[in-house]
Amino acid sequence: MTQSIVVQVGQCGNQVGCRFWDLALREHASVNKKGIYDEALSSFFRNVDTRRSDGDNNDISGGKIRSLKARAVLIDMEEGVVNEILQGPLRDVFDSKQLITDVSGSGNNWAVGHKVYGSTYREEIVENLRKAAEHCDCLQCFFVIHSMGGGTGSGLGTFVLNVLEDEFPEVYRIVTSVYPSAEDDVITSPYNSVLAMRELTEHADCVLPIENQSLVDIVNKIKHMSHSGKLGAEIKQSSTIISGQGGVKGQEKPFDAMNNIVANMLLNLTSSARFEGSLNMDLNEITMNLVPFPNLHYLVSSLSPLYTLADVNVPSRRLDQMFSDAFSKDHQLIHSDPKHSLYLACALIVRGDVQVSDLRRNIERLKPSLPFVSWNQEGWKTGLCSVPPVGHSHSLLALANNTCVKPTFIELKDRFMKLYKKRAHLHHYLHVDGMEQSCFSEAFSSLSSLIEEYNQLDATKGLLMTDAQRLNIAV
Amino acid sequence: MYSVAFPSFCVHGPRHEEDIMDLVRREVEKCDRLGGFFNMMSMAGGTGSGMGTYITQCLRDTYPHSFILNQVTWPYGTGEVIVQNYNSVLTLSHLYQSSDAILVHENDTVHKICAQLMNIKQISFKDVNKVIAHQLGSVLQPAYTEGASEYNRNPLGDLMKSMVCHPEYKLLGLRNIPQMSETSLAYSVFTWPGLLKHLRQMLIANAKMEEGIDWQVRPPAGGLPPAEKGTHNKQLRFNTSLANLLILRGKDVQSADTGGFMDPALYTSWLPPGVASSTWRTPMSFNRYEKSATLVSNSQFLLKPLDGIVGKAWNMFASRAYVHQYTQFGISEEDFLDSFTALEQIIASYTHL
Repeated sequence: MTQSIVVQVGQCGNQVGCRFWDLALREHASVNKKGIYDEALSSFFRNVDTRRSDGDNNDISGGKIRSLKARAVLIDMEEGVVNEILQGPLRDVFDSKQLITDVSGSGNNWAVGHKVYGSTYREEIVENLRKAAEHCDCLQCFFVIHSMGGGTGSGLGTFVLNVLEDEFPEVYRIVTSVYPSAEDDVITSPYNSVLAMRELTEHADCVLPIENQSLVDIVNKIKHMSHSGKLGAEIKQSSTIISGQGGVKGQEKPFDAMNNIVANMLLNLTSSARFEGSLNMDLNEITMNLVPFPNLHYLVSSLSPLYTLADVNVPSRRLDQMFSDAFSKDHQLIHSDPKHSLYLACALIVRGDVQVSDLRRNIERLKPSLPFVSWNQEGWKTGLCSVPPVGHSHSLLALANNTCVKPTFIELKDRFMKLYKKRAHLHHYLHVDGMEQSCFSEAFSSLSSLIEEYNQLDATKGLLMTDAQRLNIAV
Repeated sequence: MYSVAFPSFCVHGPRHEEDIMDLVRREVEKCDRLGGFFNMMSMAGGTGSGMGTYITQCLRDTYPHSFILNQVTWPYGTGEVIVQNYNSVLTLSHLYQSSDAILVHENDTVHKICAQLMNIKQISFKDVNKVIAHQLGSVLQPAYTEGASEYNRNPLGDLMKSMVCHPEYKLLGLRNIPQMSETSLAYSVFTWPGLLKHLRQMLIANAKMEEGIDWQVRPPAGGLPPAEKGTHNKQLRFNTSLANLLILRGKDVQSADTGGFMDPALYTSWLPPGVASSTWRTPMSFNRYEKSATLVSNSQFLLKPLDGIVGKAWNMFASRAYVHQYTQFGISEEDFLDSFTALEQIIASYTHL
C-alpha cells in the first residue's frame, strides 16, 4: 500500500481539505470497527503515540489506533481558516508543525502569492514536505487542493507545485483546482487563473478542474430532491454527500455542502488505493491511462449517485441509472457537456456491490452515444473497489479526458483579454519583484496553445479515419 | 506495489530481480526433477505484463534448458486498461523470445462461457478465474501419454514436445468440454463420440465454446488450404492446425476414438499428421464431470484477435498517443517498432499455415 500527502493551500484549499479529512475519518470509522490501524488508514493517516515527547519518531505501525494524524501540509497566508480548523473537531488530526501561515494574505494577487510568499517560505515549505514524506514508507502521490481565482491558493499553490516537482520528481502530482465562475467577485481572478494555468499545464501530472457554479447547481438539485416530497423518497441522513457536520465549527456553513462534493470526489478517487476490490486501480494508473499527451491532463469529473434514497433494495435498473447519470451534464463538476464533445479517454471508478459484468454491460450500453477519438475507441479504464462510501451501497466516479474543457478555457482566455487589453490592474502585479509583462504574455500563449491542441483533436471528431497503413512483412 | 504498464519491465523488474530469482532458486532446489516453469500473467496491465515478461527473460537466462510455459490472459476487447494494446504488443513480442509456448485465455471467451454455458447472472472475476483454473487443471492434472503405463512425469515437457515444433509458432489455445452449471450437470449424459465430434468441429470452425458452432465449415478437400476470398480482413472460415493435443478424462476413456483428429486435411501441408496429433488419457474423472475432453491447439484460432490487437495498437501508435508515458521509463519508439515488426511476422506466419 502506498501513501499520499495532501497539500492544501489558501482559503478554498483549506476549506475543501478540511471537509476531505472529516469525510475520510468518517469513512474509515464506518469500515474499521475494531479500531486497528490498518493499511487503508495508513494511506492518508499516521498513527502517533502522543504521550511520547520525542517529536518526530513517534509513529506506530499496526496495532490499535492511538492518535491519527493526517498526512497533510496546510498553507495559508491568512490565519482565519486554519485557526478555525485548529479550534474545531479536527484539531487533533493536525500537528502544529504541519502548518505554514502568515497574517496579511495575498490580496487576491497571484504575484504576491507566487513570488513574494514563495521566496519567503520556500525553505519552510520544503522542510515541511520533507518531514511529511519521511513518515511515508512508499509515497506515491501529492494531492494539491487550491483555487485559481485568488492570490494564495493560485499563486502560492502553484509555487508549491513547482517545489514538489523539483524536490520529489518521481511522486505524482494530482491537483484539484477550483475555477472561478463568470460572476466571481474577485475582479482580477482571470489574471490569477491564467497565470496559474500555465503552471498547471507545465508542472502537474493531472488536474481536476472544478467550477463553483456547477457545485451550486448540484447542491440545489439535491435540496430540491429532498424537498419535493416524492413518495418514499427520503435522503439518508448518514449520506456523506451533503451532510456537513464536523470539520470546521459544527454549524453547516454555506460552502460546506459544495466542498463536500469535492471531498467526496477525492475520496472516490483514492478508494481503490485504500480498500480492496476485484479490479484494483492505483493512482498511477489514472495518470497513465488518462493522459495520452503530456499537456492534455485536465480531467472532468462526475459523481453519482448524488443522493441515496431510503430504499434498501436497489434493483439493477437503479444501478444502470447510476452509470447513465455519470455522463449527464448535470453531474459534471465543471460546466461541460462531455457527450457532445470528444473523449480522449475515460475512467470509471466503481465502489460497492458491483460486479465486472455490470460494468461491462453498462459500458456496452453507453458506448454508442459517447464519441471517442478514432485511435482510442475503447478508451476505458475501469476500477472496482468493494467498499462503498458511507450511506451508499455503491457509487461511481467518472474521470473524462474530454475536449469539453475547452469552452471553460476559452472563456477564461476571453475574460483575461478583456482586462489585459486595457492593462487594468496590471500595476498591482508588475510592482512585485520578479514579475514582468512577459509572465502575462507567456501564460496567455501557454493557454492559447493548450486550446489549440484541443481544437486539433476536435477537428477529427466525426471524420471517418482510415486505419493507419500496417507494416509489410516479407514472407 | 503497483506499477505502471511497461515501466514494470524497465524499472521494477531489474529492481526486484535478485529477490525474485532468489525465491525461484529456493523452489527449484526443493524439486527432485524440475519439469519447467509455468508463469501466469495478464497482458493488459503493468505488473503481470511487464514484470512477467522480465522475469520470464531472467528465467530463460538462468535456466536455459528448462521448459517455460506462459499462461497469458488476454484482456476484454472493450477496455480494461486503455493502453492494453500497447502492453499486449510489447508483452507478446518479448515473450516470444524467451518463452517456449504461450497458452492463451481470452477474457471475452471465458466471460461468454460463464454467461451462456454456466448460466451465471452476475459474473464476477471469481467466476471467470474458476473457469480458467478448471481448464488449466484439465491439462496439467496427471494423465497417461500414448502407450504409457505410468502417469506422465513431465506434463510440461510432453506438452511442449507435442505442441511446439517450430519457434515461429508458439501460440496455444485451449478448448474444454463439457462446461456447464452444477444443476445442469446432474441431468446431462455424455458420450465420447459426441464430445469428440463437437470438439473437432469447434477446432475446424474456430468456435470458442460449445454453443453456436458453425457446422457448415468443412475441411478443404485434398488437404490443400482453401483460397481466401474477399478482403484480407474477412474471417478465415477454416482453421488450419499445426498441432493438436487431446486430453481425455473419465469413464470408458479407452474406448474413445480420436481418429477424426488425425485427418491430414486439418493440418498444414508441410507437417505429417502422425506427428501433429496426440492424445493423453486417464480413467479418473475430473472436477465432477463424468467425462471431460480438452483440446490444446496450435492453430490459426488466435489470428483474428491478435490481428485486432495489433491493428488497434498501430492506430494508436500512429498518433503517438501515450508514447511519452513509455519513453520516460526507457521504452523508445524504436522498441515499439521492433515489437510491431515481430508481431506482424507472427501474424504472417500463422496466416500462411
